[in-house]
Amino acid sequence: MAKRIDVSGLTAYYSAHKAIEDISMTVEPRSVTAFIGPSGCGKSTFLRTLNRMHEVTPGGRVEGKVMLDDENLYGSNVDPVAVRRTVGMVFQRPNPFPTMSIFDNVAAGLRLNGSYKKNQLADVVEKSLRGANLWNEVKDRLNKPGSGLSGGQQQRLCIARAIAVEPEVLLMDEPCSALDPISTLAIEDLIGELKERFTIVIVTHNMQQAARVSDRTAFFNLAAVGQPGRLIEIDETERIFANPSVQATEDYISGRFG
Amino acid sequence: MSQTAVQDRPAPVPPSPKSPLSSRALPRWAPVGFAAASIALGCGLGALAGWESRTQWGLVSALFFVLISYTVTSAVENKRQAKDRLATSVVWVCFILAVVPLLSLIWVTVSRGIKVLDTYFLTHSMAGVPGFEAGGGVYHAIIGTLEQVGLATVISVPIGLLTAVYLVEYGKGALAKAVTFFVDVMTGIPSIVAGLFILSIMLMFQLSPSGLMGALALAILMIPVVVRSTEEMLKLVPNELREAALALGVPKWRTIVKVVVPTALGGITTGVMLAVARIAGETAPIMLLVFGSQLINANPFEGAQSSLPFYIWEQYRVGSEASYDRAWAAALVLIAFVMLLNLVARGIARWKAPKTGR
Repeated sequence: MAKRIDVSGLTAYYSAHKAIEDISMTVEPRSVTAFIGPSGCGKSTFLRTLNRMHEVTPGGRVEGKVMLDDENLYGSNVDPVAVRRTVGMVFQRPNPFPTMSIFDNVAAGLRLNGSYKKNQLADVVEKSLRGANLWNEVKDRLNKPGSGLSGGQQQRLCIARAIAVEPEVLLMDEPCSALDPISTLAIEDLIGELKERFTIVIVTHNMQQAARVSDRTAFFNLAAVGQPGRLIEIDETERIFANPSVQATEDYISGRFG
Repeated sequence: MSQTAVQDRPAPVPPSPKSPLSSRALPRWAPVGFAAASIALGCGLGALAGWESRTQWGLVSALFFVLISYTVTSAVENKRQAKDRLATSVVWVCFILAVVPLLSLIWVTVSRGIKVLDTYFLTHSMAGVPGFEAGGGVYHAIIGTLEQVGLATVISVPIGLLTAVYLVEYGKGALAKAVTFFVDVMTGIPSIVAGLFILSIMLMFQLSPSGLMGALALAILMIPVVVRSTEEMLKLVPNELREAALALGVPKWRTIVKVVVPTALGGITTGVMLAVARIAGETAPIMLLVFGSQLINANPFEGAQSSLPFYIWEQYRVGSEASYDRAWAAALVLIAFVMLLNLVARGIARWKAPKTGR
């Protein structure tokens, strides 16, 4: 459980357009790493390269290395499907499967992968929903459709669905941007609990959120519109917010640009 | 108590002409009034001028309705309201023009077809019944239609569904463009051409007419409709759902089978049912390939069969009072069959539609 990610010299393209260039960083296990930066600087693209979701987009292509402990995710014999089982993802907008009940949504990862024992399924679902702090709210209506929940509950359902397959790493792409403050708080608390078991990477536009939940923060920026995004610096969250080593980071955090 | 009630009643405020937010308005029943007035005008004018055709009366009334709505509203209210009313009344007129033929068709079919439509008619064939005499039934034609349409569906739904999945989920480049182009071309194939195509194959291999041959021609007509409607439905499935499944480590083919297709299933079913409804009324390929028969033949793979559209044509051609009645009754059966399919499709679409669960 919980692996270290080591990225070196990673460049990602959309067809001919270079979206991010030459990114190298280390993501520590059992910690929360936050990505901040202005829109279009490639945070989400970079996040999606970490579980090979980037190449799902037509024209998406990656150069460089992403080491998960000792294994290169972009090695020649690596199966992207296996990578995505190891590195789970939660998206910006809650996206429960509309044809499935709450139970089936959480069980979806196991069922669709075909690797489960029938009598364990109920336990896994309960454990995941408890892990996502949703069990008490939905335990009486597990057979109701997942799309009937509120936005915040749906997002926690999606988190439960992601952790049900027991990934090593959990990627979160602005998981709270569509939610109200109370649901956001619930999810932030949850992130704090989940980092005991998983390596978590979170993209956020909310700098207070980055400061609240993360142990380390990475700042991304792009030189100009149309230029590829780059990693400016990555450091302990406290240092990034109190005393960053690059001027651009301080300008961004204090709201002087972006 | 009554006193307070009286006191509570708000004093009527006279609409001030200077208020920018309120203005003179026609009463709510105004459109009904316009309709009554224009129908009266149209009929009066028709009667005066001695026009024979009632259609003419109706069209003139419709024209009056649009004109009266516009002029009265622009006089009483204002230009913008008048334009709004104009658009609304044009929409209503078009709706009525579209519905009147449909209703009259159903009315004529039901009123003429109901005469001989009974369980005897539904459960007997024309075996041994001379065409110009009363009696006989439509059973052999119902069996023929069910089997031919069923076979055509069994052939075309898998092909159409898989083609659509290929086009939406995998297809890119020249092959996908070519497939899309030929599906479009196939949509325009007249049924008689599809019939002739299968006929040429039938003659080449020296096969004899059978329900299966007709079903093959019907499948040619049905495939493009299924592909088109399925494609549109699959495109409506949000990309987020595909990504959600892929991010769980689900292989692409399972994502399609377990997430994408089930999400679109309601729409796909509706599309298939509409395609079935469309081919259920085809006569030309049946005449060429199934040959028609007076007898019950439940085996679609051997020997001539009948079908409902063919039966209607056959009975009409006989030209006697009794055969006309049978033709209308068969038409009623065909309409009921298609309508039943549509209802089933709606039921399935509602049942399978993504639920909100509130």
